[in-house]
Amino acid sequence: MAEALLDMRNITKVYPNGVVANQDVNFSLAEGEIHAVAGENGAGKSTLMKMMFGMEEPSRGDIYLRGSKIRLNSPQDAIRMGIGMVHQHFMLVPSFTVAENMVLGMEPRKGIAINYSEAVRLTKEYATKYNLHVDPTEKVENLSVGMKQKVEILKALVRGANILILDEPTAVLTPQETDELFDQLKLLKEKGHTIVFISHKLKEVKAICDRITIMRSGRTEGVFDMQQVSEQEITRLMVGRDVVLKYEKEANSIGKPVLRVKDFTVCSKEGKRVLNHIQLSISEGEIVGVAGVEGNGQSQLVDAVVGKLKGESGSVEVGNVPIGGMDIESVRGLGVSYIPEDRMRQGTAKEASILDNIISTRFKGKEWSKLGFFKRSKMLELTEEYIKKFQIKTSGPNQEIGMLSGGNMQKVVVAREGSTEPKFLIAEQPTRGVDVGAAQLIHHNLLELRSKGCAILLISADLNEILELSDKLLVMYEGEFVACFDHPSEISEQELGLYMLGINRQEQGDIRRGMHV
Amino acid sequence: MHDFFAVILTTDFAYSVLRVTTPILFAALGALISNRAGIVNIGLEGIMLTSALMGVLISAYTGSAWVGLLGAALGGVLMAGMLAFFTLQFKTHLILGGIAINAFAAGGTIFVLYMLTGDKGTSSSLSSKVLPSIDIPLIKDIPVLGPIISGHHVLTYMSIIAAIVVYYMLKRTPLGLQIRAVGENIHAAESVGIKVKKVQYIALLLSGLFASLGGAYMSMGYLSLFTRNMTAGRGWIALAAESMGRSTAVGTTVTSFLFGFAQALSNALQLLKIPAELISTVPYVATVLGLVFYSISVSRKANKLMNKPK
Amino acid sequence: MFKSKHFEYYRTASVLLIALLLTFIIISFVSGQPLHTIYIFLYEPISSLSHFGNVVEMAIPLTFTGLALALLFKMNMFNLGAEGTFYFAGLMASFIAIRISMNGALHPLVCIMFGGIVGAAISAIPGWLKAKWDVNELVTSLMFNSILYGVGQYLLNYKLRDSAAYQTASFKFESTAVLSKLIPGTRIHTGLIIVIVCVILAHLFMYKTRWGYELRMTGANREFAEYSGIKTGRVIIYVHLLAGLIAGIGGSVEVLGMYSRFQWNALPGYGMDGALVAMIAKNSPIGVVGAALFLAYIRVGADMMSRYSDVPSEMISIIQAIILLLVSADQFLKFWKNRMLLKEAQKHA
Repeated sequence: MAEALLDMRNITKVYPNGVVANQDVNFSLAEGEIHAVAGENGAGKSTLMKMMFGMEEPSRGDIYLRGSKIRLNSPQDAIRMGIGMVHQHFMLVPSFTVAENMVLGMEPRKGIAINYSEAVRLTKEYATKYNLHVDPTEKVENLSVGMKQKVEILKALVRGANILILDEPTAVLTPQETDELFDQLKLLKEKGHTIVFISHKLKEVKAICDRITIMRSGRTEGVFDMQQVSEQEITRLMVGRDVVLKYEKEANSIGKPVLRVKDFTVCSKEGKRVLNHIQLSISEGEIVGVAGVEGNGQSQLVDAVVGKLKGESGSVEVGNVPIGGMDIESVRGLGVSYIPEDRMRQGTAKEASILDNIISTRFKGKEWSKLGFFKRSKMLELTEEYIKKFQIKTSGPNQEIGMLSGGNMQKVVVAREGSTEPKFLIAEQPTRGVDVGAAQLIHHNLLELRSKGCAILLISADLNEILELSDKLLVMYEGEFVACFDHPSEISEQELGLYMLGINRQEQGDIRRGMHV
Repeated sequence: MHDFFAVILTTDFAYSVLRVTTPILFAALGALISNRAGIVNIGLEGIMLTSALMGVLISAYTGSAWVGLLGAALGGVLMAGMLAFFTLQFKTHLILGGIAINAFAAGGTIFVLYMLTGDKGTSSSLSSKVLPSIDIPLIKDIPVLGPIISGHHVLTYMSIIAAIVVYYMLKRTPLGLQIRAVGENIHAAESVGIKVKKVQYIALLLSGLFASLGGAYMSMGYLSLFTRNMTAGRGWIALAAESMGRSTAVGTTVTSFLFGFAQALSNALQLLKIPAELISTVPYVATVLGLVFYSISVSRKANKLMNKPK
Repeated sequence: MFKSKHFEYYRTASVLLIALLLTFIIISFVSGQPLHTIYIFLYEPISSLSHFGNVVEMAIPLTFTGLALALLFKMNMFNLGAEGTFYFAGLMASFIAIRISMNGALHPLVCIMFGGIVGAAISAIPGWLKAKWDVNELVTSLMFNSILYGVGQYLLNYKLRDSAAYQTASFKFESTAVLSKLIPGTRIHTGLIIVIVCVILAHLFMYKTRWGYELRMTGANREFAEYSGIKTGRVIIYVHLLAGLIAGIGGSVEVLGMYSRFQWNALPGYGMDGALVAMIAKNSPIGVVGAALFLAYIRVGADMMSRYSDVPSEMISIIQAIILLLVSADQFLKFWKNRMLLKEAQKHA
């Protein structure tokens, strides 16, 4: 192969909080190819792309463009060198027209004013040249997602992008829009552009890419020509286990159903069904895992089972009580606990002490105060007990929780949510971004709750976790359950991967039978 | 009731609405510019007050009203620059930073006034200059309309022009586009290489400039001297006008006139036999009511969106 | 050794030092005898019992408004209505003190309670509007200050004014209503006891009760509080009630403790200064006492300075503004903290 167009050599990226996002990563881009970067969430793809686009600087390692070493301190540098990026979350100003968005930061002028007709002309010129048809005078907020994406691509092109990075471009598109995008990308390739395509949807990668770089846990697992590698092989490299955690699960008698979701449907603003006639039932002493590529309806499912989301049809019941539209205090009163995905936003108040964070869901109980005054020593005891039980590394119960490491912070959240004798617990990415030790502790705690008869809904992108812990495993794809397994620990990741990526699916009848609904 | 209409259905009253709207409109335009860049300028009140004093002092010492106006503008921009420096550089809390600017101006103006004149109340011992009023040829002879529109203070006309300039600037110029982009989606602005901090600096300084013209008007037009705390909450009323005007130039101008109307009303009603103390609260009551109605309509809309599943 | 966990104290101390330094610089620019002026500024407030009494007298209202604002700021609400509340409650207390005769011990208590309740009621309005429709509490509270001032002046002029008085002032309070002096040789009054009780109660409330806990969590992370099942709208309303109660009691105590008639013809300014007190105290009720004493000290110093030297007392508001700007500046001296953290990390490694 000829000299690489862009070469990233031995890149390591350590964030200030100590997280190693990339370790000795090598990435090489040949001129005129469509190159896929595939990997699970947290594999380090985004970090790598951010460094390629100048949003982050590598801690170690060098970047070469056409053989000469370059430094990218900011997106401007990258743009200047012909690197453009289409972000997953569009970088558009909603109230601006397409043409205004196109020229933002490089406005053509006529006197002191913007030469708007020139902006429109420019937009039209590029739209025609690249067959990306958009209405230059329409406001972006009125556009469909697919159209917005076209604007993003045009924005990069008009700034002279030769290398185009697309961050999970199909995640938000309908199949038709995806097909259209692929045609456009092929056209771009014909015109000599080089494209980096980040995705974990293998079918798509197969359909359009020439080569693939696979990442896992911040490292490159291999680079392949697309023709020479099978989907199975890619899946194995993508989702292979790193640290194998094995748990002795005691056999558990499954009790009465606690959570019942019946025929629940929710549509997105764009009218896409993000939850499509969901049926789900979880019983006492049962852990039901939900696997799936992120963005296939998992977060809406969580919103639904905590009562935040009203569906267009269907109902959610906890212990026979419908919870749609109930306030949070009442939902918690039914014995619902929730380990949220984002511990910084929802799960903790970071300027408050560990103690304050522990008691937030139970302080209203009579046993915690007398005449309105807190029984502080009892609270201290409780907090100390959890600090000990969960081996939380801290200087004491009064330390600000924001000073703890992510793993220890997460242990506080789990300690709080798991210790109020919940009947139903939602664990959303309970071990994301925490070290193995903390993860193990959290897993043991979940199993302990299970043996006490708690019904648990486990949503996780960590396959090892979900396969080991779940009594029953559901796979979510595009707002639907596409598979149900009764013995999750016996499934191979490869097989699971095929369902997650939408390649295989079970019969609806089988799934329902598997769930006993 | 008859008296009431006799008061407000006069050309004098209509004229006075224009007169009292001027400082509110200037400050509201200032609020608009910084708000569109994503920064609430809580310091408007203090900026106006500083400029009011600066205008009086500089014009008294140079003997020129126009140089005085320049001084007022400079003072206001400097105050805004101080706010910008602390909030953008040191990350001082936006609201507390604004409150500090107001406190600084409230005491600082009296301090400086006393140091220079020995008086803590007014600048009456200084022979400061006043900017001229302008009769518009032809229009001034039109019955009814003439006496209302013509003969105003030069800054009153400038405030109307300023509204048009701000409208044009935000809508049509590259700077306006960038200000709006920064305020609406800061990441989008960053991603195309706009220097966000620089744009916010510019917006705050411009905000200070407009507020300072409002301040200068207070002491070099509305009155012909500086008195302590002479802005009397107009900076705050301007903030309310801006948010009720839904952060658009047209809306802000309209609500500024609404509040100007309330102010003129409170001035005019003093002719009637209603206690002046109570009448003086009319503009503030109007502001609270306006803000409440506005917030209700916004939260209604938000609730509607909430019920729709996302 | 400096420790990073005490960083906030170091920063506040540095800010106060810088402010004092700046005071000296300004004095040396404007004063004919800078050293003498600085001497007056620093020494006069503690030069005699009566001068020190002035400091304590001034610290009392500052503590009241500082407490009220600390509660609101702790909840992340920027309501500056304490100014109007303080003024208006003082007027309402004066009503009772003038119009109603009562048994000696009871009279001031009734006046103060009435003032407090009126204060709570007034303060609740912006709180309720905020909780219900998210009406900007900063703007409404400031407008309320002006409205209350107008209404107050009306009531004073039309209902309470004593035309025989030498200035615009109300009739004299009934002697039973006036707070008695506590320390001979000063004007320190029994309001001192009330304020100390309020500080202790506010401290207990904020850190020991479930309602105080709800307040702190709502302020620390409203989304977290909601997620935990706290009804934050309700919290916002009762904290506003409480803050108004404290400011109202403060206004009443000030009027009955320091004056024999109601004679405020402008807003007294304690509400605004309370914001500074709360900020220096980092919103801790106990800290409010220290911050109020500090502010009262430099205030009295400035007063003395304007009396005995050529520098006007308004200079102090420039200093106050600088303190306010720096005390809430996140990045100010941040490098120092980072260096501390680095050193500590190295030591542990």
